[in-house]
Amino acid sequence: MNTSTKRRLMLKGVLGTGLLRLAAVAGVLNPLVSWAWPKSAFESESANDALQRLLGTTQMTDTAAVTLIAPPIAENGAVVPVSISTNLKNVESITIIAENNPFPLIANFQFASNMDGFAVTRIKMSNTSDVIAVVKAGGKLYSARQEVKVTIGGCGG
Amino acid sequence: MPKNTIKVRVKLKGDVATLKSMITHPMETGQRKDKATGKLIPAHYIQEVRCDHNGKQIMLADWSQAISKDPYMSFRFHGAKKGDNIRISWRDNKDESDSIETKIS
Repeated sequence: MNTSTKRRLMLKGVLGTGLLRLAAVAGVLNPLVSWAWPKSAFESESANDALQRLLGTTQMTDTAAVTLIAPPIAENGAVVPVSISTNLKNVESITIIAENNPFPLIANFQFASNMDGFAVTRIKMSNTSDVIAVVKAGGKLYSARQEVKVTIGGCGG
Repeated sequence: MPKNTIKVRVKLKGDVATLKSMITHPMETGQRKDKATGKLIPAHYIQEVRCDHNGKQIMLADWSQAISKDPYMSFRFHGAKKGDNIRISWRDNKDESDSIETKIS
């Protein structure tokens, strides 16, 4: 376990209670300390490693409660629109992963309590891959996945 | 430091605000070659994006180099009303940053 993983786990403990989480969101705690960019997760070369380092577990439930919209075929891997929505309550974060990218973890959106379970963005995909949306709600992980066939990869060139 | 890189639009319906934002940024992966020199173009990408609503952080996104060039994002939150302050800010791997503030209309 490297230092940043340890720190992340420690932060998870610190931010475990609702009150402290609110304090963090209100900026009472220094946001730069509370929310350091998770380098080790982003440098992971497998989706499972990334999830383990980012969220502390790879256990998640595939559910119809999470909707992932992505094109079945992307002609240009440099711009693949993805939309994630869920009717789950108490959404804490939404994570986007492209399993076959050199570095699968693409984005992690962390939400305060007044945010809806909804996020849209555009991602790069190096080749054909499952895109996985992971929603953390009420302390548990839920997921949806969809394959996107990529005609021209969007990382090198 | 970069300037005027962020565009943001907020649509209010009842107390639900839908925010759409676009940032001008190269989002270089570090894996692309410069066609003229054949050398790799160094990675240059946004790592953190933050959104504050009336001074409270409501969203913080950690990004990799695999967010598309000129990043677009949209999300939704409750408890919004006309005149509320929205602030979007970003920081990249070269420690460059920018921010914008707007009022919900």
